[in-house]
Amino acid sequence: MEKKEHIISILVYNKPDVLARIAGTLGGKGYNIESLSVNTTTSYEVSKIIMTTIGNQATITRIENQLRRFVDVIRVDNLTNIESIHREMILVRLNLTEDKKEEIKKNIDTYKWKVIVSADSYVILEITGDKAQNDFAMARLEPLGIADITRTGIVALELES
Amino acid sequence: MKLKGTQILLRILEEEGVDIIFGYPGGTVLDIYDRLHDNKKIRHILVRHEQGAVHAADGYARATGRVGVALVTSGPGATNAVTGIATANMDSIPLVVFTGQVPTGLIGNDAFQECDITGITRPCTKHNFLVRNIEELASTIKEAFHIARSGRPGPVLVDLPKNVMAAEVDYDPKNIKIRNYEVFHKPAPKKMAQILEMLSSAKKPLIMTGGGVILGKAAAELTQLAKQYNIPVTGTLMGIGSFPGDDALWQGMLGMHGTYYANMAVSHCDLLIAVGVRFDDRVTGTIETFATNAKIVQIDIDPSSINKNVVVDLPIIGDTKATLQDLLKFLSEHNYEPVKNQREQWLAQLAAWKKKVPLTYCRSNDIIKPQAVIEKLYEITKGDVIITTEVGQNQMWTAQFFPFAKANTFITSGGLGTMGFGLPAAIGVKSAFPDKQVVDIAGDGSIQMNIQELATAAQYNINVKIVLLNNGYLGMVRQWQELFYKKRYSNTDMTHTPDFVKLAEAYGIAGFRATKPAEVEATLRQGLAVDKPVIMEFVISREECVYPMVRPGASISEMTHDREITN
Ligand SMILES: Cc1cc2nc3c(=O)[nH]c(=O)nc-3n(C[C@H](O)[C@H](O)[C@H](O)COP(=O)(O)OP(=O)(O)OC[C@H]3O[C@@H](n4cnc5c(N)ncnc54)[C@H](O)[C@@H]3O)c2cc1C
Ligand SMILES: Cc1ncc(C[n+]2csc(CCOP(=O)(O)OP(=O)(O)O)c2C)c(N)n1
Repeated sequence: MEKKEHIISILVYNKPDVLARIAGTLGGKGYNIESLSVNTTTSYEVSKIIMTTIGNQATITRIENQLRRFVDVIRVDNLTNIESIHREMILVRLNLTEDKKEEIKKNIDTYKWKVIVSADSYVILEITGDKAQNDFAMARLEPLGIADITRTGIVALELES
Repeated sequence: MKLKGTQILLRILEEEGVDIIFGYPGGTVLDIYDRLHDNKKIRHILVRHEQGAVHAADGYARATGRVGVALVTSGPGATNAVTGIATANMDSIPLVVFTGQVPTGLIGNDAFQECDITGITRPCTKHNFLVRNIEELASTIKEAFHIARSGRPGPVLVDLPKNVMAAEVDYDPKNIKIRNYEVFHKPAPKKMAQILEMLSSAKKPLIMTGGGVILGKAAAELTQLAKQYNIPVTGTLMGIGSFPGDDALWQGMLGMHGTYYANMAVSHCDLLIAVGVRFDDRVTGTIETFATNAKIVQIDIDPSSINKNVVVDLPIIGDTKATLQDLLKFLSEHNYEPVKNQREQWLAQLAAWKKKVPLTYCRSNDIIKPQAVIEKLYEITKGDVIITTEVGQNQMWTAQFFPFAKANTFITSGGLGTMGFGLPAAIGVKSAFPDKQVVDIAGDGSIQMNIQELATAAQYNINVKIVLLNNGYLGMVRQWQELFYKKRYSNTDMTHTPDFVKLAEAYGIAGFRATKPAEVEATLRQGLAVDKPVIMEFVISREECVYPMVRPGASISEMTHDREITN
């Protein structure tokens, strides 16, 4: 069976240890969490976790069933096979060294990257997109000399519920 | 009405119908113990080690089908309880374990006897709670009981900080709200039609019963299904007792130490109806060769048990009792009848396998055979007894040679295989059923793991009977060394063991020893008759092996048998 990345949306009660429970159990059973994003929903009592993991369909089904066993899990949806949009964010600091300065500016114009801090010696950019778009951006950023970078996990939303 | 945390705890325990707590006191639970001192409704049994408390609560739960309760202190009390909790978790046994905790203000400070027990037990509980304030105490305890017994049961740990238990709050039982979490009970009706279709086209159907039938209290329904439609039955270790062991349709346990005929039946059946089983690797042998000729129906309440190890043709998510009731109704409404001569041919085939390789052993007049002790125990008690076991050969011989007739009468640690389980579990069972004969069938290794609980039995006159099969070895491990490590008995020879008869006397209980086959019956009769806890020690043939055996990594249709018998 083909292995691929799956995006799983998990609605949970916002309990102090719910994340530890989920991460611990999946880790303990040998499943790898590729990325994770957690925040409260419209209700403070309920959080949404968007998790990505790689595996074949059988493994993913096992993960979903495992997640459904948790008392604090309200609902589990695999967004991979339903129409949904996906975004992740990159924050990156590029140093404006003499030899890269011009190229950095050119790239910012070409790709319409959002500059959120602009200082004399560096810039900080915010880039959002789906995984492919951000991988594309990463490929452009690397030759520019990344001073520091952070990348969020994926957030995702179904088009219709 | 204003109540303290300790009062709320006891009040809810009473409401939940808790009559016995197994526990051990300490600093953080002193307030609770003080409150217990005056309580008339709840009996507290003081064990000698916290592991014993949890196993006793576990034995109580397995025998009664109700939630077992244990209470221990923080830090070392809580960590000592972990093996008991993990044991219950692997076999899906409903427990609520209360642990003391340091005051909330000290949590995280490495306070005296602080330990993150909810962190430690997260992977081995169904769920756990740290009660952070008195307002959530009542609902948390209620929820703990609900979670422990609903759906797929399991142990729930509730960590109780000392200050929360000392605090006061307005208590109104009507205001306690608990969350409902989703559990599946009834499968879709179309599944019943699918089973009927599969049954109608099957020539060689087989039922495989498991722990879920006992946990779901569905033994009567399962037995009816098999008997009404003449379908043979095999079972996992945990399913033993869910179908009468003396019935002609019973094929015995399957798997690593299953009977030849049960394993042949699974390997040749064309329809396997698996009810409340999780296809453990001790049961299936190599997955690729398991039940390859069969379509498989699996009924289980937990979707994560389905398609986990064995891929099935018809998964049915539902409670065993509700589902079997639906199925029985559906089959009778649709006038299902097995094709008579087809079924007879299949049963004749099973009988032929049973005749070819029966479950047996080499009898002896010189040396006590463990199987003979178990057979004699059955003969004397006529099966009217609740049996717990330790782990190892003693456990397998019991599963093989004692034909259990009823559910909840064979109590054993299957999933975790915890040595030291049997004695405290027997204490738990006997506290629930003081008028029943309760016997722990033990090995000399395992019994020493929780031997201190003899003092508990003695103190409360909990008259459990221990049938100790003493081979002077860690027998099951020695067996593996004999078969797979060229008889290199590395560290399995217990060259020094205590004199168990004297030990019994030292604990103030009775002890008897048999060293010859001729003494077996008298020793058993004497031990069973004494109105005290008893150790009956049987000095057995040292290098007896459990047969048949499926070698690890082999198919269950390829079994090793006792050479002396097959030659
Ligand atoms: C030394 C040793 C040797 C062993 N050898 C063997 C052997 O030869 N053969 C053997 O069979 N076992 C053997 N075992 C035991 C084995 O390790 C497992 O414990 C056992 O096979 C599991 O039994 P089970 O599948 O019935 O599942 P259990 O662990 O009893 O699980 C119960 C299943 O039923 C489900 N369930 C629970 N409640 C309900 C409900 N109300 N409705 C529907 N479903 C429900 C659960 O979700 C779960 O899937 C051995 C153990 C030891 C220690
Ligand atoms: C707590 C624990 N430690 C180790 C084991 C591994 N183990 C399984 S069976 C066994 C031997 C048991 O010996 P004994 O209790 O004498 O029983 P016998 O097999 O001889 O009947 C051991 C060490 C275990 N199951 N549990």
